[in-house]
Amino acid sequence: MAVMNMIQALNSAHDVMMERDENVVVMGEDVGYFGGVFRVTEGLQKKYGTSRVFDTPIAENGIVATAIGMAAYGLRPVAEIQFADYIYPAYDQIVSEAARLRYRTAGEWHVPMVIRSPYGGGIFGGQTHSQSTEALFAHVAGVKTVIPSTPYDAKGLLIAAIEDNDPVLFFEPKRIYNGPFDGFFDRPLTPWAKHPAAEVPEAYYKIPIGQAAVVREGEEVTILAYGTMVHVTLATVRELGIDAEVIDLRTIVPLDVETIERSVQKTGRCVVVHEATRTNGFGAELSALVQERCFFHLEAPVQRATGFDTPYPHSLEWAYFPGPVRIGTAIKKAMEA
Amino acid sequence: MSDKDPARLKPNRPKLTLHVPEPAFRPGDTPDFSSINIPAAGSAPRPDTSAAADDTHPLTTHLVRVLGEDHKAVGPWDPKLDPDTLRKMLRDMVTVRVFDDRMYRAQRQGKTSFYMKSTGEEAIAVAAAAALDREDMHFPTYRQQGLLISRGYPLVDMMCQIYSNKGDKLLGRQLPVMYSDKAHGFFSISGNLETQFPQAVGWAMASAIKGDSRIAMGWTGEGATAEGDFHAALTFATVYNAPVILAIVNNQWAISSFSGIAGGEKATFAQRAKGYGIAGLRVDGNDALAVYAAVNWAAERARSNNGPTLVEFFTYRAEGHSTSDDPSGYRPSNEAKAWPLGDPIERLRAHLVALGEWDEERHATLQEETSAEVRGAQREAEKKGTLHSASIDFPQDVRTMFNDVYEEMPWHLKEQQQEMVDELEAKRRWPS
Repeated sequence: MAVMNMIQALNSAHDVMMERDENVVVMGEDVGYFGGVFRVTEGLQKKYGTSRVFDTPIAENGIVATAIGMAAYGLRPVAEIQFADYIYPAYDQIVSEAARLRYRTAGEWHVPMVIRSPYGGGIFGGQTHSQSTEALFAHVAGVKTVIPSTPYDAKGLLIAAIEDNDPVLFFEPKRIYNGPFDGFFDRPLTPWAKHPAAEVPEAYYKIPIGQAAVVREGEEVTILAYGTMVHVTLATVRELGIDAEVIDLRTIVPLDVETIERSVQKTGRCVVVHEATRTNGFGAELSALVQERCFFHLEAPVQRATGFDTPYPHSLEWAYFPGPVRIGTAIKKAMEA
Repeated sequence: MSDKDPARLKPNRPKLTLHVPEPAFRPGDTPDFSSINIPAAGSAPRPDTSAAADDTHPLTTHLVRVLGEDHKAVGPWDPKLDPDTLRKMLRDMVTVRVFDDRMYRAQRQGKTSFYMKSTGEEAIAVAAAAALDREDMHFPTYRQQGLLISRGYPLVDMMCQIYSNKGDKLLGRQLPVMYSDKAHGFFSISGNLETQFPQAVGWAMASAIKGDSRIAMGWTGEGATAEGDFHAALTFATVYNAPVILAIVNNQWAISSFSGIAGGEKATFAQRAKGYGIAGLRVDGNDALAVYAAVNWAAERARSNNGPTLVEFFTYRAEGHSTSDDPSGYRPSNEAKAWPLGDPIERLRAHLVALGEWDEERHATLQEETSAEVRGAQREAEKKGTLHSASIDFPQDVRTMFNDVYEEMPWHLKEQQQEMVDELEAKRRWPS
């Protein structure tokens, strides 16, 4: 075991998989010699050589398209899109090609590819370095979407994603790369070192895709969250003194609906939290599922605490971000009714 | 005019005008292609396959041609193929044309939803397949059926795909002609244009990463070179010196838009190569020998780590874009006949005759044999059903709709699968 922040844990996942499987290659803007703008791929090129870890031109469509071609050949490419905000030029390649190749060839070809991308705000990144794009991919049949919230999960999930035979979108909450941000932007940041999930094995291990984690057991209300929002939710619950059950979804497609059902049937109340814009966000799907499956257990309408339906505003970040007050208000509404 | 009228702000400047390219001829006009420069066969120099990319660029405004007016092969690009190879190419090209005609008719007879012919372009796919190894991977568009036919893929299997019937290995999921066959080096066709051009580059990069000797060939029409993926393909190809051949089939028409709408008025498509610093060739696409020679040249270059080649095959789409298109609405009906590069099948046939390796009798026999072969295949394929579009008596097990979305079916698809089975049950009882 070693103490790792999320960046180090992700780096270790790459290292472990590149060591185990010589078909794993790593590509993306600035990922080679420099090791990535967030340092996730640091040292890999030196260790595994330029033909397995290399910089790409600034062309997200080209990165994903060539990765698809490599996967069709038999490699397992791990492509970094530097910020989720830059993924749109690759959308056609992901939606029309990667997601459908297995289906349209009846299994003759498949795309064992991972697209990693830092997402989310809270870093003063403005509207082009802060977006949460997960719902755009959760809507697409044929890709899986994974979002870790701790160093331990990040490593285990990334290894599972690399071994997965389907294309996986792996969104990394960059606000918590260095510490479990609790949403109180005006307080000092706690580093990962003090968090139990920063204890990360140096060797290989996997966390199955499609399994949620109950990160806090409770009786009064179920709160569904992922990524940075898991930590903001836990802090909110702690401050309000509410006996909430907090579920970290970890994978949004395929979703662990059983864990959600079990919890909501127990608590009878549900709040959905995400940083992305509200309308047609993944919270809408969660809310619909809870309503369809747990209606007769519900004692109040399902509440959503999300980002607002505006672009991510640079200087107004802390008015936009769904922090403890917005989450707390949603929890209170769910508990008052 | 108000003071805010843009024309009054700088009154001494000329008014700007928008140029919208127009083809030379529209329906009712008499097509005359005499302004197209057609260099004589044999006049193009053939650089060494390891030549600097720059040395090939004069060829991007030239036209590599081997078959002369006298039907003899001439010049440095003559691939010097033996008569058996030439006869095999002729047979494959004739088979493609007969196949296209039968399947076009099958669509008109209501046996399938859609078909796309490659009439006039048969030499390109057939000769390219002949010039590469069986192990090399093609990333084709929907007009390279000649690749499969040349590589001996069963006609029955192609037809079953077109009919989406019980014999369709793609389980009725793909639009007709969107074939896929790994064993024949034929990557699955996407209906989204140009997406596969950079994928071919990725496959070639993988081959280089693994120290393999196989190469890839990507295909596009001239129309879709306007896509951003074209630029990505050429950029990645040059950056990584990928062992790939990037082919542009310039058949002059993208549905109703002539090549000028794709940017073909002011430069040839082959000239795109220069800006990327990769080798470029412009080739008479109706000359099977020139196509073979060019692909062979580019393959040798790629295999010896001398990098990618962009090849423009200059040809003409003799028929509509697809069964859903009627070209009489946008171009003169006799344009194909006026096309100065002739018919690729006729040209190869005449060459074999000129060599003393072919005659009218043998050609008539070939026509009969290929027709019988295609008819026979069609009978076999139709035993496995044709597409009935307004029916819920599906040829496939309808439950397979949910297979292969993922390697393992997740719970939500299992639920939806059951929902669909129940819904079809209810439909059979409807309205009770």
